[in-house]
Amino acid sequence: MDIKDIIKPENLVYQKTPLMTDKPLSYCPGCGHGTAHRILMEVIEEMGIQSETIGVAPVGCSVLAYDFMNVDMVGASHGRAPAVATGIKRCWPEKFVYTYQGDGDLAAIGTAETIHACNRGENITIIFINNGIYGMTGGQMAPTTLKGMKTSTSPYGRDIETMGNPLKMTELVAQLPGTCYVTRQSVHSPRNVRRAKKAIRTAFESQKGKKGTSLVEIVSNCNSGWKLEPVAANDWMVENMFPFFPLGDIKVDGKLVNNQ
Amino acid sequence: MKGAIVVDIEKCKGCEVCRVACPNDVIAMAHEVNHKGYHYAFQEHQEDCVGCANCAVVCPDGVITVYKIKLSD
Ligand SMILES: Cc1ncc(C[n+]2csc(CCOP(=O)(O)OP(=O)(O)O)c2C)c(N)n1
Ligand code: SF4
Ligand code: SF4
Ligand code: SF4
Ligand SMILES: [Mg+2]
Repeated sequence: MDIKDIIKPENLVYQKTPLMTDKPLSYCPGCGHGTAHRILMEVIEEMGIQSETIGVAPVGCSVLAYDFMNVDMVGASHGRAPAVATGIKRCWPEKFVYTYQGDGDLAAIGTAETIHACNRGENITIIFINNGIYGMTGGQMAPTTLKGMKTSTSPYGRDIETMGNPLKMTELVAQLPGTCYVTRQSVHSPRNVRRAKKAIRTAFESQKGKKGTSLVEIVSNCNSGWKLEPVAANDWMVENMFPFFPLGDIKVDGKLVNNQ
Repeated sequence: MKGAIVVDIEKCKGCEVCRVACPNDVIAMAHEVNHKGYHYAFQEHQEDCVGCANCAVVCPDGVITVYKIKLSD
């Protein structure tokens, strides 16, 4: 069969959503940020809420998210996205409001904002991209950096005694009464991308139902910071990140899953 | 099922994530590079493509479009 007979508009099964702009992404090859952006925009497209949605971009590699996501967006200073989102949502309770934050942003400088927004049960959705490192600034150690993991500021590996333990923010906020839906996903394989997209949909649906804070963590790669090629970085992530940051739902409909 | 993909070559970053996600080893990386210097993805074995869209779903840069046709026997 000739390829020209297949490549026809009526046979189209997948194309980039128009809610992603045509600007080339600023991310390194293979970086999960791009995939996470796209499935988030696909959910907003499928829910038909493009003009009702306001995103809050963080500081980190995704600082330019507003160039790529075709929805109204505000940039917050480092770590403050949940506070900014709180203000927006309280002014416009009928709008869909989300933050998009890295682990340095959400779990280091923004720990207080994250915890208190979740504890107040702000009716917002937090998308948390955890790559265990400060990607943008050159691969420094983050609170999420694994034990023994090498970064530019822990060149001999993270030493727990002097550098503390890696922080599981997602399990932590799941304990707070304000959170409704809390889950951990990944976007390195087709199956995981589809699951992560479903999770983002659930988070936005729970915001629609005014059920409280929803948080979707996406364990992601940082090829540049980890100093690995993209496919090798994904393999490393499966082998090393997932045992410590296990994938799956942590809290559903306000109830903790499996005695978390 | 028969499928085909179209890669936006100039936007491809040659990360190979699509290549490993394809169940039928359809995708390979071109020997040539695009203007950014990346070895872009292309369908080496288009005849084996079933249009499952796995490659497009994992492409971080969203540069793959997928077509599929049902063959009547
Ligand atoms: C108030 C303030 N402190 C520090 C910085 C420097 N800075 C920029 S990005 C960043 C960390 C980003 O890491 P993360 O949030 O994990 O995002 P990633 O790049 O890994 O996606 C830091 C510390 C800043 N821009 N503003
Ligand atoms: S530095 Fe890391 S997080 Fe930032 S774009 Fe590159 S791979 Fe992605
Ligand atoms: S559509 Fe499926 S079979 Fe075709 S190239 Fe992509 S992953 Fe491979
Ligand atoms: S996943 Fe996308 S960017 Fe990466 S090689 Fe394939 S087509 Fe290119
Ligand atoms: Mg990070």
